[in-house]
Amino acid sequence: MNPWTYFRDNQHEVLQWTWTTVWLAAAPIAVGLAIALPLGWIASRYRWTYPPLVTIAGLLYTIPSLVLFVVLPGLLGTKILAPINVAVALTIYTVALLVRVIADGLSSVSAETLAAASAMGLTPRQRLFAVQLPIAVPVIGAGLRVAAVSNVSLVSVASLVGVAQLGTLFKIGSDQGTLTPIYLGLILVIALALIFDGLIMLGVWLLTPWARAVKS
Amino acid sequence: MTAADNGLDFSRVGIWLNDPANWWGQNGLLVHLREHVYYTLIAVVIAMIIALPLGLLIGHTGRGVVLVAGLANGLRAVPTLGAVVLLVLWLSPKIHWDVTVPALVPAGAMPYFITVQIVLVILAVPPILANTYAGVRNVDPAVRDAAKGMGMTGAQVVRKVEFPNALPLIMSGIRSATLQVIATATVAAYAPFLGGLGRLILDSNDTINDPHTGYPAMVSAGIVVALLAIVADIVLIGLQQLIVSRGVSGRFSRRATSAVPAAEVQLAQA
Repeated sequence: MNPWTYFRDNQHEVLQWTWTTVWLAAAPIAVGLAIALPLGWIASRYRWTYPPLVTIAGLLYTIPSLVLFVVLPGLLGTKILAPINVAVALTIYTVALLVRVIADGLSSVSAETLAAASAMGLTPRQRLFAVQLPIAVPVIGAGLRVAAVSNVSLVSVASLVGVAQLGTLFKIGSDQGTLTPIYLGLILVIALALIFDGLIMLGVWLLTPWARAVKS
Repeated sequence: MTAADNGLDFSRVGIWLNDPANWWGQNGLLVHLREHVYYTLIAVVIAMIIALPLGLLIGHTGRGVVLVAGLANGLRAVPTLGAVVLLVLWLSPKIHWDVTVPALVPAGAMPYFITVQIVLVILAVPPILANTYAGVRNVDPAVRDAAKGMGMTGAQVVRKVEFPNALPLIMSGIRSATLQVIATATVAAYAPFLGGLGRLILDSNDTINDPHTGYPAMVSAGIVVALLAIVADIVLIGLQQLIVSRGVSGRFSRRATSAVPAAEVQLAQA
């Protein structure tokens, strides 16, 4: 049986699992970015906060995903099978990865550029949103791509603790001793990762019109 | 909501950890910790043997950068669980080499051990490879020219100039590879006959409400995995400070000691 036949035969479940995987990977990216932006700004604005923030982020990043999936229900009081555990775990990873990237991206804006912005009469807040943040977009985008792609792949680990999503196909294949669901799972997970990756690249491209103007 | 609502009680974790049998027993934490450390060491060392020379070569010649960057990013998209399950199902039955290694590979486990090691090595190669060639590419061209101007051969430039200068980034690649392998080795317990701390986590999931083998065992094993990851990282940071020339680390110290790999992010930009 080829993966396509398997997909047609189990269309309902597979589509549902795909959808679960999409939101379990996407929501943490959005929430993680929203949390990491102010933290990254603090780390770049007040230099003394950089080492502790980056160290804590690094420590969080070292916790294996399976461990977080398992420990979070005890901490949050959620059910072990609840998808929210997965979403929270991936949000933690996203924040851990992005804080450093955002801090470095904001700090990488050259002093001349900042001085020019100030000389044009921009307040520090305007300067942040109109100059620093846009210039940091490619760096932040690169971090987001790493986070998004690894999120999609990490979601499938959650099938080990029973959360139904595309990783469930791996479990089915393993339990039944057939390769077809595993192939289908790999195809769909990798395709999703590439779609996320492409969307973020597109977003960066749209947000940085000046980069195109210079090139052409 | 309190923890009691879901029947998953953290207070039992302390009780579980206080029982020496859970540490020293046949199915105890220490046995699985030892297996976990062995799996990790073997995979990271094999990955280094593959990735370091290749990374130095690519960095030195500048050839194949695009290919390797694409490959490293592409591999990140492959779900590790899927890779483990696929190889266990497809490759393991084809391996007929049955050797037992005391304290590492029990009877009948060799086909699965090899399979899991392949997955772990595949995961560990990209960060080391990417950081090695990025480290070499990042060496100040003036420094490289000076070395050539002094009459060094290509091999000498690699050995005496590029490698020492790239070492902080190489070490950060080895660190992220190690962390990834420690994390993934828990998933590897999905393969039959194999141990590691993931064994406790997965087996406990089946008996989650049992006070002896259920959630407390799961969380305890998880905590030990996290501690192992942190200790491994600290050991590697210490090693890095020992082996990186002070002339180099003076310039790169902050970048080199943070846990999230800078080079990988840079690569994704390319």
